[in-house]
Parts: sequence; C-alpha cells; structure tokens
Amino acid sequence: MALSGLEIYKLLPRTNCKKCGYPTCLAFAMKLAAKQAELSACPDVSAETQAKLEAASAPPIRLITVAAGDRKVDVGNETVLFRHEKTFFHQPGLFVRVRDTQSTAEVQSLAKEVAGYNVERVGMPLAADGLAIENASGQAGPFAEAVAAAHAAGNLPLILISENPANMKAALEKASGTRPLVYAATEANWKEMAAAAHAAKAPLAVRGTGDLSALATLAESVKGAGVEDIVLDPGESSLPATLSALTQLRRLALKQNLRAVGYPTIVFAGEGAESPVAEAIAAAQAIAKYAGFIVLDHWAASEVYPLLTLRQNIFTDPQKPIQVSPGIYEINNPKPESPLLVTTNFSLTYFSVAGEVEGAGMPGWLLVCDAEGMSVLTAWAAGKFDAERIAKAVKTTGIGDKISHKKLVLPGAVATLSGELEEELPGWEIRVGPREAIDIPAYLKVWK
Amino acid sequence: MPVTIATPKEKWTGRVREVTLGATAAEGGTRRQKVVVGGEGTLPFLHFEAPAPHRPVIAVEVQDRYPADWSPLLLEAWGDVLESPTAWAAKAEALGADLIALSLKSASPEGGNTGSAEAQATVRAVLEAVGLPLIVYGPGQAEKDNEVLVAAAEAAKGERIALGNCEDKNYRTIVAAALAHGQLVIARTPIDVNLAKQLNILIGDMRLDPDRILMDPTTGALGYGLEYTYSVMERLRLAALTGDSMTQMPMICTVGEEAWRAKEAKVNTGVPAAWGDWHERSVLWEVLTATTLIEAGADIVVLRHPESVAHVRQAIDRLMAG
Repeated sequence: MALSGLEIYKLLPRTNCKKCGYPTCLAFAMKLAAKQAELSACPDVSAETQAKLEAASAPPIRLITVAAGDRKVDVGNETVLFRHEKTFFHQPGLFVRVRDTQSTAEVQSLAKEVAGYNVERVGMPLAADGLAIENASGQAGPFAEAVAAAHAAGNLPLILISENPANMKAALEKASGTRPLVYAATEANWKEMAAAAHAAKAPLAVRGTGDLSALATLAESVKGAGVEDIVLDPGESSLPATLSALTQLRRLALKQNLRAVGYPTIVFAGEGAESPVAEAIAAAQAIAKYAGFIVLDHWAASEVYPLLTLRQNIFTDPQKPIQVSPGIYEINNPKPESPLLVTTNFSLTYFSVAGEVEGAGMPGWLLVCDAEGMSVLTAWAAGKFDAERIAKAVKTTGIGDKISHKKLVLPGAVATLSGELEEELPGWEIRVGPREAIDIPAYLKVWK
Repeated sequence: MPVTIATPKEKWTGRVREVTLGATAAEGGTRRQKVVVGGEGTLPFLHFEAPAPHRPVIAVEVQDRYPADWSPLLLEAWGDVLESPTAWAAKAEALGADLIALSLKSASPEGGNTGSAEAQATVRAVLEAVGLPLIVYGPGQAEKDNEVLVAAAEAAKGERIALGNCEDKNYRTIVAAALAHGQLVIARTPIDVNLAKQLNILIGDMRLDPDRILMDPTTGALGYGLEYTYSVMERLRLAALTGDSMTQMPMICTVGEEAWRAKEAKVNTGVPAAWGDWHERSVLWEVLTATTLIEAGADIVVLRHPESVAHVRQAIDRLMAG
C-alpha cells in the first residue's frame, strides 16, 4: 500500500539540507508520495528507509507473465475491487485444456485452432491466449510429448498441469524458451515443485483446499524457496465458493495489503460444469470477478466469442470509452436512395443507433463524426459535435457521391444545429430525427 | 511461517428492500403463489457475509401479438403459442418461469394501435391462464403506455402486478394508477445512478410505498454497453448497502429484449466464422448477459429463449447453494 507524504517524511533524514532540490524534507516527501520525485535524489537516505519505501511501492497484486514466441499474457497489478473505482488493468488469460492422454494429432489440431482464432470487435482484435496441458496419464513421457507437440504446432503460452515434480521437469524441458505457468504446488509436493519452477524461471501456481490461511502459508513457503512469481488456486469448484474465495483474496490484497496473497488467481471453469453453457457461465463470473487465468475444457467459437466479448466489455477503462472509427457505416446494404443519419463516434452511441437501424430491418447510411468519443449531447456541449464538424465529415467522406438525395438526418437532441448546418452545407436538406435511438425504427418507416 | 487469515468481511449498514409481486387468494388476488425479491444484505452471492434471503427470479417475456420482428431462432423455439398470449404464458409457466412479463406491443401506434379495452381483455385472459404474478409493459411510447398501463392496473386490481415502464416523463400517471389499484411500478432510468435515485424520490413524493418500486437501470446487452449497466448496478447496490434508502429497490433487467437485438443473436448471414454456431452463440448471448447482471445485483431478469430460461435457472440454483 502506498505511504502518505507524512509517513514518508518520518523515514527521511529530516535535515532540510535541500540537496534533493526541494526546500524541505516535507516538501520532498510530498513529491515522493505523489510519485513526482525519485528517492534517489536524497543522498542521505538510509538503507532501511530505502527498503521500506520500495516495499511500500510494490504493487499489491504482483504482475505475472506467461509467454511463448511473440505472445504474452500479463495478469495481476490490479488496484480496485470494482471497475468503476478506476479500471481493471489486465484481462484474464483464456486457456483451453488438453490432456496428454489425447493423441498427438488432437493436441496439435487444437493448438493450431486456438492459435489461429482471431476476430475483430469494435476495431480491436479478440483472441484466446493459450493451452493448458494436463498430465492425465500420470507419466512423464506422454506429458513431455504433448507439450512438445503443442509447442511445435502453435507456440502458444502454456499452463503445465501435473502434481508430479519429475513429470513437470520433463515437460518444462520441452517448453524451454517459453515461460509457462507451472501448476501446481500443493502441501505434498511444494518443495520439489518450487525447485522445478525456480530452475525453469517459470511462475508457479499453488493450490489450496478451500482454506485461505493454508493457501497463504503455502504461497509463503514457495516464496521462501525462491519462487517470486506465484499464482493462487483456492481450490474451490462451485460458483459461489469460487466467487467468495476470489473476492476475499482481492480484498485481503488490496485493503489489508496482505503480501502472502498478493498474487493473481487461476480458475478452472469447466470443473464441475455439466455443460458447455455452465462452463461459460463459470468463466463469465471469473472474468468479472477477479480471475487472472481461466481454463476452459471446451473449445467452440460459439462459446469463446461471447466470453471474449465479455472480457473486452469488463476490461474497458470506464474513463476512456471505446470509440468507433469515424466514417460511413453501411447498414442492411443501403442503396443510393436510402436515408442518411449522422451521429458521434462514442461506441455506445454508435451501437445504439446502428442497432436500431439494423433492428428495424431498413437499409441506411450512418455517418459517424469524430466527436472525440463523446455521446451526442456531451459532444455538442463540449463543442465537438457542431455544424462545422458535421459538414466536414460530409465533405471528407464523400457520402454525397454515394447517395441520390441530399437529405441528412440529425439526432433530435441537437435539432438546434439544423439552421447552421444548412448554411455549412448548401443544397442539403437537414432533417431532425428522433431524440432517442429507440424511436429510429418508427422514424425510418415514415422517412421519404 | 504459517499465515493466519481472518475472513475479510465488510460491515454493511444498509439492505435491499423486499418487494412482493403477486397476491394469492388470501391476500385478495388470484395468484397461485407470490414472488418476493430483494432483501440482500451483501453483494451478490457472498454467502460468507450474509445469507441471501430470496433468489433472483426469471420473468419470461410474452407479447400480445405475434412477434414477427423476433429472431427466427425464437420463433422456432416457441412455435404456435406465439399467436396467443395465453397459450404463450401457459407454456412459459410450464417451462419454469417465476413471473410473466406481458408486453402490450399491439398498442403501439405502428403495430395495431389497440387501446385500453384490448389491454384489459389481454391482462384478464393472461391472469386466468397462469398462476404466476404478472409484469405488464406498455408498448414503449409514452402516450400509449399511459393509456394501456392505467387500463391494465385497473383490470388486475388486487393482483399486485408491476407496471412498466415508469419513466421521468410519465411517472405521475403510472404511479397514480399503481396507487389507485394497489400495483407496483418499474422505475426505469437511462444507465445513471443519480437519475435512478431522483426518479425513486419523485415516485416517493407521490406517496407510493417504497416496497412497491422496482428499479430498471436500463440494460446494455453483452457487447452493446453491458459494462455500463454492470457498473451502474454495482454502484447502486453498493449505495444501497451503505444505507442510501433511495437506491434500496430491487433491480430488474430486460435482458432478452436487449440480447436478441444484438446482431450476434439476431442474424447469421454475413457474419464471421469465428462467431461460431448461431444457435449456441445466441442463447449464450442472452445467458451471459443475464448471469453477468445477476452477479451485479439483478433481482429479476426478463428472458426470451426457453433454453436461456433453463440455463439461467440452473446458474441461479448453483449460485444460491452453499
């Protein structure tokens, strides 16, 4: 947890020597607290103070990276319990489980499918993150082979699942050159597992059995054995128990600054789920409620796409709304005589308007103006959605050449712009549409 | 070195109100059972902090005319019953709905422009056809909403139905109808904490018992503003739990309507292969919108697809266990 200016002041020499460039130690402390100065500017600071301040500035939830080739999954470093308090920073990695009892061909084809899955949404690429390979055979040979096969086929970030440290070592050899997550250290095997993860410089998951004190103790043991990058599995499988455990871990890390649980978590969404839909529901809960890694047992585009969309939604920064690119959007294959509507490039505004036109089943042209990602009224009030900007959008997009009429529909909320816009766009007829997107279908029905 | 952790519990000072939908014969109505929602003393499903007294419930949307604008997947799933609101409601009841959300779409000026007489007849017929409590929605156009909701309130006197939507432009009429006939209102505001509070205050000023108000924060479907609804609901629920009485009404989300409006659910032509199987994707679109909002505090979700009803019910069962 960050220290206050006064707390930092008490740790400084308090000599007001000005060597740091600030008039007093207190002024310097305030700058440090605001992260506008570096402690190294003080030549007389003690080693003890240095250590304390460094520890205090470490993030309450450690950033963990799993990577292979040019793909990287960063999770952790979260600072809030609710996204409206600031934002969630690192979206959970979505992994798909295979077992080393499956054929090499199966493992390879799944690896290729997961690696090749890519779809764009609101201008952003959506993709799954990696494979989780489970040592279901209980033997080292098949496990290492499956890892080698997956590595060769997809070079995806991996989670290696085995409780046998010797098997894990064999698999880690095959994954060399990558940074997999080693899953998992338990009460029984943690010494050997920590040694294996430490040797491979890989992050290590620790698995509990429902008791958070035991889980934290296990994490401390592993840390004592030299593994710094840790992931927590509280070992719950029911929906509400997982929710409670992950909520408690997040609270302990953020509100009590409890270092022993200051790590990201892993959730097996398919565990105990009786159907792919039940698995998706568990994964959705994990996305919204605090998971760092999510492991699925089914691979189906129809399940993955909604989950990736949800992940995109939840991890959107509430202070920085997603924008859509300004330009012309064609809805329901418009013809030259179809209506032309104008709106702003705030994603929610765009989706509301585009959704209504689309839902009405009527073809239309949607001219999206660059209003710096603001909604119609906000942008209008801020001067980012005025006659000049709309006229500019009409001219630069060349929409006039695509349609056979010169009628432009303004959002009802900015009806006041119509006079000015008629001056900016000579020869155009400016019409005032509905105030609310929901009234667009009715409006389009009578549009001529 | 062993670490000992005390369970980190929050001390909440507020609680969500309990709202009862429907009245049985003993209470002056004709419902086979009533449904109580709300009463939460903690965030959704944190059973270690406080027990959840009532489960979130599922309302199934029923319209009073054939929903020709619906996705073919929905039309196929329901079949012939879509021609008759009573048959449709009865099938919804058989599928395990907790509530029927009757939408008087035929009253819309573009869709038949039916009036108060038709609205009363439909409401009476549906009340007769099922034993579940009722939510009645107008067509979504202020003038017609006033006309048919007032009529519905009168026709269902004593049944404790919920009238939707009650918005800033028409709340006086709807609240007056609820007061006159002992019904509830659904106070709907556009994804904003302060607007939601303000409308609850205005409704309270008309002396409608706060135990007769449900809040609809306006639903954004998955991919279409879900995160806005999600965060506004979390903020409303946190405010309720920290003692703000004007946010302590149970919340209702019109999930089916919004999810099935999404392109991902509605159509399957010219969409990327990466979207996957249409049917599975569409049902999941509705299911994940529902469960995500239930985990943000929704007490009632209004759904459309029969399979979604089954999946969401199962999820609620699992969330309430333990």
